[in-house]
Amino acid sequence: MTDTANWDWETKEKLVSDLNEWKDSYNWVEEPYVSPDGEKIAAIVNTDEAEFNVCENGKAWEIEEPFEKAYSLRYSPDGRLIVLSAADDEWKPVVDGKPWETIFDFIWDLKFSNDGKAIAVASQTDTEYCMAVNDVPWEDSYTFMTCMILSADGKKSASSVQTIPLGQAEVFKFQEGAFTAAVNGVPWDKNFVNVWNMAFNADGSSLAAEVRHNLYDYTIVVDGKPWNTVYGCVWQPIFHPNTNAVIAPVKLKDGWTLACDDNILWDSRFTQVWQQMVSKESEKIAAIVASSYGKWTIAVDGKPWNITFGDMVTDAVFSPDGSRVACIGTDKEQYTICDNGNAWDMKCDMVWKPVFSPDGNKVAAKIDKNGKRTIAVDGRLWNKMCDEVWEPVFSPDGSKILCRSVEDGKYYRRIIPVNEF
Amino acid sequence: MALPYIEYEKNIIDQGLETGTERLTKERIAKVVDKVIGGETGARLKAYVDTCVHCGLCSDACHMYLSTKRDPKLTPSAKVKRTMSVILAKKGNVSPAFIKKASEIASTECNLCKRCVQYCPFGIDIAYVMSVVRRICHLCGVTPLYIQDTAHSHSVTQNQMWVKEDEWIDTLQWQEEDSREEIPDCRIPLDKEGADFMYSVIGPEPKFLAQLLYQTAIIFNAAGLNWTMPSFPGWDNSDMAMFTGDSEIMGRNKRFHYEAAQRLKVKKIVMGECGHAFRAAYDMGNRWVSWAMPPVPMVHAIEFYYDLLKSGKIKVKEKYKKSVTLHDPCNTIRGRGLHEKARYVINELCENFIEMHPNREHNYCCNAGGGVINCGPPFKKKRVSTNRIKAQQCADTGAEILITPCHNCHSGMEDIIGDYGVDMHVKFINDIMYEVMEKPGLE
Ligand code: SF4
Ligand code: SF4
Ligand code: SF4
Repeated sequence: MTDTANWDWETKEKLVSDLNEWKDSYNWVEEPYVSPDGEKIAAIVNTDEAEFNVCENGKAWEIEEPFEKAYSLRYSPDGRLIVLSAADDEWKPVVDGKPWETIFDFIWDLKFSNDGKAIAVASQTDTEYCMAVNDVPWEDSYTFMTCMILSADGKKSASSVQTIPLGQAEVFKFQEGAFTAAVNGVPWDKNFVNVWNMAFNADGSSLAAEVRHNLYDYTIVVDGKPWNTVYGCVWQPIFHPNTNAVIAPVKLKDGWTLACDDNILWDSRFTQVWQQMVSKESEKIAAIVASSYGKWTIAVDGKPWNITFGDMVTDAVFSPDGSRVACIGTDKEQYTICDNGNAWDMKCDMVWKPVFSPDGNKVAAKIDKNGKRTIAVDGRLWNKMCDEVWEPVFSPDGSKILCRSVEDGKYYRRIIPVNEF
Repeated sequence: MALPYIEYEKNIIDQGLETGTERLTKERIAKVVDKVIGGETGARLKAYVDTCVHCGLCSDACHMYLSTKRDPKLTPSAKVKRTMSVILAKKGNVSPAFIKKASEIASTECNLCKRCVQYCPFGIDIAYVMSVVRRICHLCGVTPLYIQDTAHSHSVTQNQMWVKEDEWIDTLQWQEEDSREEIPDCRIPLDKEGADFMYSVIGPEPKFLAQLLYQTAIIFNAAGLNWTMPSFPGWDNSDMAMFTGDSEIMGRNKRFHYEAAQRLKVKKIVMGECGHAFRAAYDMGNRWVSWAMPPVPMVHAIEFYYDLLKSGKIKVKEKYKKSVTLHDPCNTIRGRGLHEKARYVINELCENFIEMHPNREHNYCCNAGGGVINCGPPFKKKRVSTNRIKAQQCADTGAEILITPCHNCHSGMEDIIGDYGVDMHVKFINDIMYEVMEKPGLE
C-alpha cells in the first residue's frame, strides 16, 4: 500500500499545471493521468507526424528519440510514471523517461506490485510469450499466454500458458489439455483444457486458478493440484489472508455458493456469486451475489443484504477494520454507492469504486453527474463540478480529502476538510 | 428470372461429429438427457413438443424448406420430430448415431432465426427446441468440428478467432496509424476510463476485416465522439459458444464483455454490425449470468448510426448513387425491432433504396446465422443449396448493392449470391457511411 503520511496535507490549493498551455505546444494531448499524491499530471503528447513523447507538469521528457508509438501511460503506486513505447518496431517500457534495456516485439498489460516497486508487462518476442518484471523476462516463453497476474509483493508473476502445440481445428487434442499455469515462467506439471483467472496467496508462495478438466467439469487447482470435486462452473479463487485456505464461487445443482478448500462454505444458494473477498481483520467473507434472478446485492458470510439492484453490483470493498462493505449498485442505468446495505440518496450517471476513511466511518467516491465530475462523501457532493476528477484519498487521520481535479483545463490539487462536504 | 434449384448434399462427413460419436456411450446420453430435460429446461420444452399438431402452417416460413422443392424433412416441425420428439419419447434411450444425426440437424439445418414462430398458431418456438438439442449434443461431445474450435477459441481467448492479446492491440494501433492519413489526429483511444461508450466488435474484424475498424475510427473521430476500446479480453461481443450449447462459456464470454465496460466506466456499449452477438449480449449470455437486462446498456450499430445521422453529428456529403437493397438480419430485426431505423439510415445515406420482399420481420434468414456458417467448409454447399429463396429474393430487386448489417449474414450472402450468380456486391452500412460522409478535419 502507498504510504500517504508524508504527502502534503496542508496546502489548501495548488494549481499544478495549465493543460491549455500544453495544447498550444503540441499537436494533441491525450487523456491525462495524475500521480497518487496529486503533485504531478502527465499525458502522452504528439510532437510531430508519428512522433510522441510524455509531458509531465508541462515539461516533456528528455528522451533521445521521440516514440513512434506510446500507450498505457500510468503512475505506479509509488509515483513513478511509466509508458509503453515503440520505435523501429522495438517495444520497451519507459519509466520516468528511462527505458528498460530489454527490447520486445510487443508489450502490454502493465501491472504493479502493491508498493509499486515491481513493474510487470506481458511480452511477445519472435511470437513467443512471457512476462517480464523490472526488466527481467522469464527464462521460458510460450506460444500462447493469457490471464497474467503479479503477486502483491511483485516477486512472483504467473499466467495461463499453452504448452502443447495445436494445429488448426484440432479440437480433440485441445480437449486433452494443452494449457497450464506458469509461475515465474515455470509451468505446473499438469495440463488442463482451460486455465483461467488466478490468485496468489499473501506471500506469493501458492497459486490457485479456475480450470476446466474437459468441456463440462470445472474445478479449482492449487499449485497444480485440482480439488477432488468437479462443479458445473467456477469463478476466480482467492486465498484467505490469515489461514491460506482457498475460497471460490462454485455452481452446484441448486445454485451458486462459495466453497473453501473443496468444502461447501455457505448454506445459502444464489443465482450468481463472484468477486468474493475476505477481510484480514474481521475474517468476514463477502461476495457479489444475485440473490434471485436479476436481483444483485452483497452477501456477507452467506447472508445477503435486503437491498437489491436490478442492473448490477460492482466494486465491493471492505472497510479497513472489516466491519462494513461498500459497493456500487446500479438500477435502471442510475448508479449509486451502497454502504453496508444502505444506498446513498443520490443517483449518478457513473460512480467509481468507493473509498473508506481509515477509521471506516466515511465513504467517498468519484462520481459523474450531468456530464460533470466531482467527489461525494457519504452522499454529499463537493461544491465543485469539474471537467475531470480522480478518485479521492483520505488523509491518514481521516479528517481531510485529497481532491485532484481539472477545471477549465487547469489541473488543481486541493486538500479539503471532510466536514466541508 | 427464376434461379435453379440445387440438390443438397445428404451424406456429409464432419470430423467433429464422427469422432465425438465414436467416443459416446448410451449411458452418457441418458445422463445428459436427464440433466438437461430434468434440470435445465422447464415445462416450456415439453409443451412445445406436445402441442405441435403438425398443421404445417410454419413450413413455408423456413427458407430451407422453400429452397429444396419443399423437402418435408426440412419443415420446422419435422426438425423437432426428427430430434427432440424422439429424445423425449424414448426418455434419452437413443443411440450415439442418433445423437450424431440430431447434432447435424440442430446445428446445420436450423439457423435459430425464429421466422417460423411467427406463423405458428400456438407460438411454438422451434429455435428454442433446436437450441436445447444443441445443448444435449454439446454435453454428449458431438458438435461439428469448426464451430467447436470456435467455441474453444472463445474459452481460451474470449474472442472467436484465436486473436492473441498483442495482435488485437497491434491491429488497433495499425488502423489508428493508417487513419491519420485522412484525419491527422485520428485516434482509437484504448482503455480510456470514463469515456462515453465502449465500442466492441467481433473476432473477424481484427483478423480479416481491419478496414472496418479503420472506417469506424474515421466515423467516430469525424463525429467528435468520446469513446474507447479495451486493450484486454472482453473486446469481442460475439459468441459461438451460445450456438454450440456451451452455456457456461457463453456466460463467461458475456461476463468478460460487460466487465470490460464496467472496468472502463463507460455508460454504454456500442457494438458493430453483428446480429448474433447482439442476441448473445442482449438476451442469452447476460441472462445465463443472471443479468436480466444488459448491465451496461448495449446499442447496436444500426441504432447508433441512426442517432449519429438524426443528431447531425454525421453529415452526408453526397448520397450513395448505386441502387441498394437491404437484408434485415433476424437478430436485430425480429430480435430487437431495428427495421425502421435501418431504413432511415439507408435512406439518409443512399439515393436509391429498393426493398426486397418479404422484408422487415418477415425477411428470410441468410442461412449463415445460428452458427451454421461457423460449421465451416463441410457444410458450405448445403448451406448455399438450401437457401435458393434468399438468392431469388435478392435477384428480384435488381439492386447493385446488398446491404447486410450483420457479419454472419454478410459472409453467408456473399456465398449465396456468388454461387447463384446474382450480380450484386455485399456491403456493411459502415462501408457506405464512410464513403459518403463529410469528414471535417480532412487534410
Ligand atoms: S431455420 Fe428459422 S425458419 Fe427454419 S426451422 Fe429454424 S428457426 Fe424456423
Ligand atoms: S405451425 Fe406450429 S403447430 Fe403447426 S406444424 Fe408448425 S410448429 Fe407445429
Ligand atoms: S446471420 Fe444474420 S440473417 Fe442470418 S441468422 Fe444471423 S442475424 Fe439472421
